[in-house]
Amino acid sequence: MIKVVFFAALREQLNCSELSLSSENLTTVADLKAELASKDDKWQQVFANSALLSAVNHDMVNSEQLIKSGDEVAFFPPVTGG
Amino acid sequence: MTENSYSEISIQTDDFSLADEVALLEQDNAIDGAVVTFTGRVRNKNEGKDVTSLTLEHYPGMTEKSLGQIINTAKERWRLGRVKVIHRVGELFIGDQIVFVGVTSKHRQDAFAANEFIMDYLKVRAPFWKKESTEQGNNWLDAKTSDENKAAKW
Repeated sequence: MIKVVFFAALREQLNCSELSLSSENLTTVADLKAELASKDDKWQQVFANSALLSAVNHDMVNSEQLIKSGDEVAFFPPVTGG
Repeated sequence: MTENSYSEISIQTDDFSLADEVALLEQDNAIDGAVVTFTGRVRNKNEGKDVTSLTLEHYPGMTEKSLGQIINTAKERWRLGRVKVIHRVGELFIGDQIVFVGVTSKHRQDAFAANEFIMDYLKVRAPFWKKESTEQGNNWLDAKTSDENKAAKW
């Protein structure tokens, strides 16, 4: 299983802070994005945003990053702290 | 690196005391002649709108990891003594302190540069998000290209 977490505006748009899904057929972050985008129109629209950032196990990554069962993958908007 | 040097990160809802933080950076620290601190506060206006409060969200775990990496990079680039980063989360009001970066070094150039470097990278790499409350409603702030450009110049 892969744990997926969402933050800030993304969490609110999806009305979801966390979900788990099978890692079967998912090799990269891009695969996971495509899988999530296929849920419905709202998810499709959210994941079409190219500004979206991804992290795997707390490290910022790009979409080509490999993922495996047990990983925690996060999606969030560009950060605005400080 | 000497025994005198350390780095510390705190993500907290509570306020902090600038005087207490400076005292800790200076305590039993006779080798560092320079102490540079930065404090970020909630402004009353943003893009022409009157702000009433900000709510800070973060990604526990990744926040500490990313700040640790930023501090380590700073320690590789400059000769630093102590580094302390505090970032508050939750609801904050006008004038409240949001963020503190304190750096010590033997001489001022290292501490000045490292402090600015840490803030510039915190702005674009550490997973914090601000939601602004104004008379017109609540909205998540957009990231600024100027912040990316500032970090890229290092």
